[in-house]
Order: sequence, then C-alpha cells, then structure tokens
Amino acid sequence: MRVRVVVYGLLGIAALAAPILVYPVFMAQLLCFAMFACAFNLLLGYTKMLSFGHAAYFGSSAYITGWLVSVHGWGTLAGILAGVAAAMLLGIVIGAIAVRRQGIYFAMITLALAQLVFFICLQADFTGGENGLQGIPRGSIAGIIPLDRDATMYYFVLAIFVAIYLLVRRIVRSPFGHVLEAIRENEPRAISLGYKVDRYKLVAFVLSASIAGLAGSLKALTLSFATLSDVSQGTSGEVILMTLLGGSGTFPGPVVGAGIVLTLQQYLSERVGAWVSVIIGAIFVVCVMVFRRGIVGEIQRRFAGRPPG
Amino acid sequence: MTTVFGVPLPAILGQLMLGLVNGSFYALLSLGLAVIFGLLGIVNFAHGAFYMLGAFAAYIGLQTFGVNYWFALLLAPLLVALLGVVIERLFLRHLYRLDPLYGLLLTFGIALIAEGIMRDQFGASGKSYPVPELLRGVFNLGFMVLPIYRAWVVVASVTVCGVTWFLIERTRLGATLRAATENAQLVQAFGINVPLIVMGTYGAGVALAALAGVLAAPVVQVSPSMGTSLVIVVFAVVVIGGMGSIIGAIVSGLTLGVIEGFTKVIYPEASNIVVFVIMAVVLIWRPAGLFGRE
Amino acid sequence: MKIQRFAFLPCVLWGFIAGPAAFAAGDQVVLGDIDDLSGVYADVQGQGGIEAINMAIADFGGTVLGKKIVLLTVDHQNKPDIGASKFREWADQNGLNMLIGGSNTGVSIAMSKVAVAKKVVFFAIGAGGASLTGADCTAYTVHYAYDTTALANGTASVIVKNGGKSWFFLTADYAFGTQLQDSATKVVLANGGKVLGAVRVPLGTTDFSSFLLQAQSSGAQVLGLANAGTDFSNSLKGAAEFGLTKTMTPAALLAFLTDINSLTLQTAQGLYLTTGWYWDLNEETRAFGKRFFAKIKREPTMTQAAYYSATMQYLKAVKTAGTTDADKVMPELKKAKINDMFAKNGYIRADGLMVHTMYVMQVKKPAESKYPWDYYQVIKVMSGEEAFGSQPDPTCPLIK
Repeated sequence: MRVRVVVYGLLGIAALAAPILVYPVFMAQLLCFAMFACAFNLLLGYTKMLSFGHAAYFGSSAYITGWLVSVHGWGTLAGILAGVAAAMLLGIVIGAIAVRRQGIYFAMITLALAQLVFFICLQADFTGGENGLQGIPRGSIAGIIPLDRDATMYYFVLAIFVAIYLLVRRIVRSPFGHVLEAIRENEPRAISLGYKVDRYKLVAFVLSASIAGLAGSLKALTLSFATLSDVSQGTSGEVILMTLLGGSGTFPGPVVGAGIVLTLQQYLSERVGAWVSVIIGAIFVVCVMVFRRGIVGEIQRRFAGRPPG
Repeated sequence: MTTVFGVPLPAILGQLMLGLVNGSFYALLSLGLAVIFGLLGIVNFAHGAFYMLGAFAAYIGLQTFGVNYWFALLLAPLLVALLGVVIERLFLRHLYRLDPLYGLLLTFGIALIAEGIMRDQFGASGKSYPVPELLRGVFNLGFMVLPIYRAWVVVASVTVCGVTWFLIERTRLGATLRAATENAQLVQAFGINVPLIVMGTYGAGVALAALAGVLAAPVVQVSPSMGTSLVIVVFAVVVIGGMGSIIGAIVSGLTLGVIEGFTKVIYPEASNIVVFVIMAVVLIWRPAGLFGRE
Repeated sequence: MKIQRFAFLPCVLWGFIAGPAAFAAGDQVVLGDIDDLSGVYADVQGQGGIEAINMAIADFGGTVLGKKIVLLTVDHQNKPDIGASKFREWADQNGLNMLIGGSNTGVSIAMSKVAVAKKVVFFAIGAGGASLTGADCTAYTVHYAYDTTALANGTASVIVKNGGKSWFFLTADYAFGTQLQDSATKVVLANGGKVLGAVRVPLGTTDFSSFLLQAQSSGAQVLGLANAGTDFSNSLKGAAEFGLTKTMTPAALLAFLTDINSLTLQTAQGLYLTTGWYWDLNEETRAFGKRFFAKIKREPTMTQAAYYSATMQYLKAVKTAGTTDADKVMPELKKAKINDMFAKNGYIRADGLMVHTMYVMQVKKPAESKYPWDYYQVIKVMSGEEAFGSQPDPTCPLIK
C-alpha cells in the first residue's frame, strides 16, 4: 500500500512539474494521444474489436470543435462538448453498420467507412480541405481561466486525461465491463446466456468513439489546428501501433505506447520522413511476431508471480 | 445529341469505357486478395505494396537491365511472388493458429516497410514507364479515342481472371486447394503437402497483384504510394463481392469500375467515395457481400 | 497491480528525454527551413534548397551582428500540422529568428499564422497561393519567388493572345488549384476569351483519363492545367496518351525545371510556362547554377535560387536594422531594393509580395536542346508590375 502511494506520488509530481523541463505543448499533445489510445484500447484490448479507422472520430471531433470555436466563436467547453457529440454520433452510425460482423470483416468495414469520412472531410468546405482549420483559438475555461499560456493548457489536458483514465478503468471493472469480457472470451456462450451481444458491442464502440473524440477536440485546441491528417489512415494506424506496442488489454499500455511513438516521431521528424514509415512498420512486425503483449504486458507477466500489494 | 442526366451520350460511353479499364484493375487486384483470403483466411494488407513492387520491378528491370515490358509481365510477378513466399514462410506461417487480426497487422506493417524503403530509394514522385511499342497508338471509337494499351489492359485482366477462376473452381488443383483450406489435416493425410500449397497460393495471389502493377505501370506513374490508396478501395470491392468469393471479386471489380466512371461524369466530387457508399449499403442489406457464403 | 503504476514511469521519462527545452541561445541567429524533403515536391526545393541556404550563409560570412548563423531543417511531409507545430516549437524552444519554406500553400498558410503569433519573419517561397499576400497576409510574411497571379498573367495571357480563346480547366481540388484557376480565368476573360468548363480533380489522382475525356468533349482549344507536381506530370502524360495534345494546347500553369526534367522534352516540348528565374538567363545565373550543380548534380530551380536570395536579403536587413527583432527587420526588408542573381528590380510590397521581373518560357523541342538542362526559350519578359499587378492586394487586411 505504501509503495502504491509512493509511486502515485512520484508520478503526480512528475506530471505537475513537467512544464518546467519539457515543452508543454508536446506534453499536452502526448496526453491527447494517450487518451486516444486508451479509447482505442477499450475496443481492442477489452472487447477484442480491431477498429481500423478510429481516426474518423478523433479527427471529425477535432474539426467540429475547431470550426465552432474559430468560425462561430463558441466557448471552449461548448466546442469540446459539441465535438464529442459529433464523434458519438459518427460512432453510432458506423458502429451500427460494423458491429454486425466480427473480426476481419469488422476491421475492413471500419476501415472503409473511415475512408469515407476522410473523403467527406476533404470535400467539405468547412474543414478547409487540404489546408485544414488553422489558428484555432484556445479560449478559456468557462470564460474564467484563459488557456493561452501553454502551461495552463497542459494542466487542463492533464486533468481531463486523469479523469478519462480513471473512467476507462471504472468502465472495464463495472458489470458492463464484465459482460464485455464474457463476450471477448466466448461470444457464442454469451449469446446463449441471453446477452444482446451486438448492443453491448455497440455501446463499447460508441464510448470508445466519444472518448477518441474528446482527445481530438483537445488536440485541436492544444495545437491550434485540425487537418486531414487527423482523419487519415496514418493516424488510425498510429493509434493501433501505440496500443499494440504499449500493451493492449492493460491500462497503462496505451499511455506508454503513445509516449514512445510520439517521442520517436519527434526525434525522427528532423530526419527524412521515409524512414519513419519503415521504423513504424518494423515495430508493427516485431510486435505482432514476438511482442504481442506489448511493453506493459510483458512487464506484468514478468512480475505476475509476485503477490499483489 | 442524346443526353443522359444532361451529359451527352458520347461522353457517357467514353467514361463507361474508361470505367471498364479501371474495373479490370480492380478485378485483378481483388482477385488476388480473394484468392488469398478465400483460400488462406489471410487479409493481405500488403497487397497494395506488392502491386507497387510489381510496377517497380518492371521499372527497374527496364532502367537498369533493359528488360522490356513483355518479359517484365512474366518476371516481375515471379520475383515479387518469391518475396511473398519468403514473407509467408518467415512471418505469416507462425500466425495461422492465432487470431486472423494478427495477420492483418503484420501485413500492414510489411506494407509500411515496403513503401518506406521504396520512398527512401526512389523519392515520392512518380517515375515514368513507357507504353510498349507494340501497343502505342489509339483506336478511334467514334465517341472517344481509346489508347490501344488500355484495351490491352482490359483483355489481359479479364483473361487472367477467367483463367484463375477456371483453375480454382474447375480443376483438380483448385479442388485440392479448396479442400486443403476446409480441412487441412485430412488433405495432409492424403499425402498432399499442405504447407507447400499454402505457400504457393499466397505466392500466386501476390503474383496477381504484381501483374496488375506491371499492367498499371504505363498508365499511372510508378510511385511508392501507388498501392496505399488503391488497397482500401480494393478491400471495399472484395467486401462487396463477398470476401471468400472468387467470382464475386471479379464481377464486383468490373462493375464498380464502371459505376465509378459513371460517377465521374455525373458527380465527380463523389467519385472517390462511391465505392465506400455502395459498400455500406450492401453491408446493411446483405452482410456477407453479394456473392458471399456465410 | 502496483507494477502497472511503475509502467507509467517509462512514459514520463520518455517525455523528459524527448522534449528538452533548448533555451534560446541569445548568441546565435537561428534560421529555419521547413520543406517537403521526401514527398511530391522534394525535388523542387528539398535538399537543394537547404544547400542554397547554406551557400548564402557561407557567402555572407557565417556570422551577422557578431553572432553565428545556424540553420534548422525539417521535413513537413506536406502536412500543415507538422509545419505549424515545428515552427511553433522552434520559435518557443530554439529562438528561431527567420523561417523559409513551405512548398505547399496549405502548409504555408498554416505557418503564416504561427509567424504572427510568434513574431518571426517568414519567407513563403515554394508555395504559390496568392492569398498569402491577400486574405491570409500577415505583417511578417514575405511571399518571395512567384504567385498564382503572376503565373496566370504570364502563361494564360500569352496563350490567349496566341489564339487560345476557349479554355477548359483541370484543377487540383485544393486551395492552390482553385486560386490558380481563378487567376487564370480572370486573365482569359480580360483578353476576350471564354472558359467552357472546369473539373475539380482530387489531389493525388494518378489517372486523369476520365477528366481528360471531359475536357475533350467540351471542344475547348486550351487545356488549362491548374495543378502542380505529380498531378501536373500525370495529367500531361494522360493528355499525350489520349491524343489530346494534338487537338488542344496544354497550358502548364505551374511547372518547375525538375518537372520538365522528369517528363522529358519529348513529352513537354512546346509547353508555355512562367517562371521567376532560370539558370541559363545570364552570366550571374549561370555562375550560381554551376556552383549549385557541383554539389547537387542538377541545375537549380527558381525556388532554390530564391532560397539563396531570400537568405541574403534577410541577413542584410538584419545587419542594417542592427537587431533580429522582427518588428525592426520587416520594415528594412520592405525598404530594400532587390537586385541580385535572382531578381532584377525587385522590392517587397506592403502586402508582403516580392515584386520582380518574371519570364514566360516555352519548352524547347528535343532537337533544339544543345546541352543538358537546356530546356527553356524566353518568350516574354514581364516587369514586376505587369506580372504581379501594380497595386497591393486589396483583400489583404494590412492594406487599408
């Protein structure tokens, strides 16, 4: 118990002190992607659904929030909520179509429908097409605390991140989460037990899409832009990588994965872009072949023998 | 002049003709995917990369070794198939007993690596590949001028598709293949080397993709990203046709090419998404795809 | 269970490693180049552009105001988010004083917004969109080598005056393409021509056949190619393949030396195009070309030469102003008369546009080309005012 407090304490101090030593915008961005990965993990790790087009929710929410805040002058919180609502709606529509099928088919469908969303974003006027939405103002929290200072924005994102992280844990450990686990372990049996499996899957899907949307909205505000990258296949692939690398089916896994991938990109961005693809592809291959549990998964397995607490 | 939806008839016919050309590419590519998925249960995300590598093999063959188009049509698929077989042996083989999602993720990673390496070596802009001497020139069809090469593409694709379908559905070899996927152990018990068949089938599917790449080289510029945008459309086509169905892939490929061509005239902005919209509609109405059996 | 908490630590540690704050070194002048280093436009500026900037730094002496000149570079991969993020990061963390770049209008518009927020001098060189000195203009943006207005005033007017009265546009469906089509349309109409139709083509299309077919059935005399890079080369190839080049005149509204090189003279011959600079214009340009060729093995494009020139002009302005403060350097830049290897009679207008002589070229036939890279023949020399307009852009908020 004491060890737990110490570790939490250390992490807490590190998180709070971060803006002094590290570029706060980068940290905030990292947290947004960590949130995105946690949302994705809810589907992959805990319901075994591989959504190959998760960027659709991340990006569309980023666009909606960005557009409402910069063009229509909406307040920051209202903008974020609207973005999440949009992601939720999209999740319901796509989820309803996709959830009927399992495994590969599900992945293919989510991929194709996300591509549809991509092209719609490309054509739509309000998204700014190839240019994206630029210069999105951060506004303030409820009109009281301005978010222009990078450090303030970071703390805001940190707070939301912690809340979401705890929320995801809560969901997974709730009765709802246990049904998801049952479905994951043995779907036919769950059906035979009378559970409306499709409905549970849809709810999980929509939850995941909504949280992904929240991450997208925050990212749009942190970096002040929303572009086609946010709805692209590349971003969808990245979030899969983060979760896989960190360890799907664990709580800290996606966060660790997000941290590593973003840091890699940061370092590699100053070199030529082509090698980033190769390295990311290689990590995928390595993870799939020999490292399926991901970093956190492997750590957990190592220490599995030790008694808890 | 007769018009359809306000567009003159010659223009429509022209677009349908071009749509047929595109459709033959789709058909050939979806065929490869359907073969691999239908017979092996692998979702080959690297299909677009193999298509691209086939085109590059033809390009490098011409630039560095002076290998002409006709040889390339044979050699490129063989070389790329060899690569595919190596990948199957080294990586995919170990994933069969696992969730098929891993196969998907692996081939996704391989596609990224292939594209990254080619982009590093050749840059991102396209390389020119000339139309072979024999096929230069145009047919004047009245309503449009059709380059001979494009007509060749249609003929070649349809022929290859037809031959493949025949091989799989109507010959002993095909029957063995299909049996091996249904019940590998039983077929193995008959003394047939199932792992070899699996390897060969993957290679064949990859060869089809590479062949499509060589056919495409003179039409579109040879570039490292030529496969990535195409592969998602092809997946949608395969889903529409029914993921295990060979005939479904061929028919959907051709049909969707034509529909896409039609859309380009009537409502060009939607030409990118029409395939996905149709996919969504088909899935709601017939979840297994048009020819799927599930 | 508690082990899971430990797992957080690597993440946090990574964060610390990844984002060390390199505090602004007050004893350096930091220049930046954010460009497409690996994508569709990598040949137009790319590594050659970086080399051009380094040549300028070396020629200037390596230091200014007693401080060492340093260059940061990064590949924006044609993504506005990467461009804008890196710019912001360099400004916050590395004390960036000046940025060159963006061979992509979308990326440049994004970066211009960061330029205002961080007060950093921004030379938009590779991008063409006229809105950079129009609706998107800023007090810190200098649009250096060319823009869509000049391209239209050059190429389009020459073609219309030569008899190409009816036009059909093949337009890349993004800001740059539409701005180029608009500029060209204005010129066509002003010269008594008409536009019979236009089609928006998704960016990155490789097979233009159906769009070309539409162009053909319109019966127009001129095929206006409002696109760039691979879109341009693919559409031209397609036009040749479908025999369109026999019945229609292609108008290459934006083409660089490297595009012509990859298309080969066989395909590109006869094309009209507008450029701000060409390596074979005179002794000065040839000398620069020679130095550049020694390092890069190709002759420089207009924008690569512009990178050199812009860097020199900036460093001169800094020296004259006695500071790197953007608010003091910008006025110096706007006062300067630019007469160097790159531009003759050049000056920076109130809206940020560098007005200078532009040239309309025609691509030579293979038989006419006497030596490597001998691609162009000068058809017309336009004064800055003729090319860019005589008044600053009224849509620019800075112009009241």
